Amino acid sequence: MSTADTYALPRPRRVALGWAFVERQTNLWKRYWLWEVVWLVYGVVNTLAITFIAREAANTGTTPSGQVQRLTLFLLIGTLVWAYLSAVLDDMALVITWERWEGTIEHTLMAPVPRAVHLVGMSVFGLLHALLRTLLILVCSVPFFSVDFGHANWLAAAAVIAVGSVSLIGLGILTGILPMLYPERGEQMSFMVQAVVLLVSGVYYGVNVLPGWLQEAAAASPATYLLRGIRSSVLDGTGLGGQAHTLIVLAIFGVFLVPGSLVAFTAAERWARRTGRLKRQG
Amino acid sequence: MSTSMTVRQPAGLNNDPYDASAALVVDHVVKEFGATGLDRWLRRGRRTPYRAVDDVSFVVAPGEIYGVIGANGSGKSTLIRIISTLLLPDSGSVRVFGRDPVADPLSVRPLINRVSADPSFFRPMSPMENLLFFGRAYGLTGDETRRRSLELLLELGMDERRANEPMLRLSRGQQQKVAVARAFLTRPRLMLLDEPTTGLDPRSKRDVQRFVADVRAQGVTILLTTHDMEEAELLCERIAFLAGGRLVAEGTPLHLRETVAGERAVDDVDMEAVFMHFTGRSLEDDEEEERTEAQQRKDAQ
Repeated sequence: MSTADTYALPRPRRVALGWAFVERQTNLWKRYWLWEVVWLVYGVVNTLAITFIAREAANTGTTPSGQVQRLTLFLLIGTLVWAYLSAVLDDMALVITWERWEGTIEHTLMAPVPRAVHLVGMSVFGLLHALLRTLLILVCSVPFFSVDFGHANWLAAAAVIAVGSVSLIGLGILTGILPMLYPERGEQMSFMVQAVVLLVSGVYYGVNVLPGWLQEAAAASPATYLLRGIRSSVLDGTGLGGQAHTLIVLAIFGVFLVPGSLVAFTAAERWARRTGRLKRQG
Repeated sequence: MSTSMTVRQPAGLNNDPYDASAALVVDHVVKEFGATGLDRWLRRGRRTPYRAVDDVSFVVAPGEIYGVIGANGSGKSTLIRIISTLLLPDSGSVRVFGRDPVADPLSVRPLINRVSADPSFFRPMSPMENLLFFGRAYGLTGDETRRRSLELLLELGMDERRANEPMLRLSRGQQQKVAVARAFLTRPRLMLLDEPTTGLDPRSKRDVQRFVADVRAQGVTILLTTHDMEEAELLCERIAFLAGGRLVAEGTPLHLRETVAGERAVDDVDMEAVFMHFTGRSLEDDEEEERTEAQQRKDAQ
């Protein structure tokens, strides 16, 4: 079975191999349920703390009363999308780190699973995990605010999340490379990548408030379009037709980021194999 | 005193490194750490490169148990990691049943599996959950994995009820038995046993050794690294001594003892004496030297 043959594995076989990772992560997640509770509480508190800024703006009169509802939703969407995005990136950054913690890295990486299948399996779990956590945060946070979703076009918002998530997989795989290259500091470096995405993507403000050079960086972040698209559909009710441009841009990001990140991961793995970094202690 | 000796090939094998009839061919493999490309330039003068595996060659026949004896740091685990497709050699080549782990690791991985001194599991998960993952990763179905896992765990003397408890509640010996079950679950043709009984209590050690002898009867080829001379002599058909990354001697236990015995009776020569003869030191000396070198490397960094 050559490498090329392996990529030509029958689809059911590829799905079964990818499922191994989804099932394993689900089993791990069940065993670490207390961590999940901690992250859920943190997510809810973070969402509330940021969205209450809109109420403060109403109290001090810095925002016209007609705009308070919009500001509340703007911040709520920002925190929820960030909770989703950071959960996906966190899970993918742990692709290697978690294996090192547990000491299983050598056994997992010597299994006959094409790396693309391994990473897609991990990504599928990451997306489902992030989606579930974000929905729980939404359910726990909404009762604190009087928000009106009457204008929302949920179908278009769901389409933006679905297409945008593909590019998040690519971004996640790229951040997963860092702990492989830098066993001791890689995870912290992936937090730095997240921080940059947070700064430039307009999570809590429109990107138009950024200095010019940061606005250019914002254009290179898929999260910018993801946030813009969701806000547009939830706040203004933009339909699928109105989201065509955003969906195309996100699809282009996905088309380049996923294969590009797989190629980069494979190259990084080869380098790690050459320098002896694929082991428990870097 | 270091003495080299002729490498004796098992019957039916020749010196062709690409001979597909051999289970494993290691041909002039060299692996050095701490001196690659940009790293070499950035760290020049601050980090001493060292050669973990130095021009090692040997051939293992299908169905053979081949032992590699050496102290900690002698290059055993580096060699195992190269064969496992986890590490690329700087030069030389390896073939596993004629396939190249460097050029095409995915073609080699279904044929091999490994047990190391550290059981290495997802510790919060149960043995069955761990085995389910590794079984699926090697293409087994869930039902097949569960059935075979239970068979193997029972064969290794483990209580069935422990199969669903978190790994972290199991003793070291029980964890190592799960590691052995994981390795044999996938029916590998070449098994890499990297000090599988290190740190085990005598009973667990006996259970694992008995199991290894049993599976060998099924035609599995085994590469066993150890620093336990008794274990090597008990299980292996041929033994190689590794010291400082170099293969210094190779042969059947009897042949090695005969070589060293000279005027003495062969029974008066144990493998420790054979090791000292070929390496010029005891395993304890080697381990002490390795500790010193490791400290020096750490200081240099």
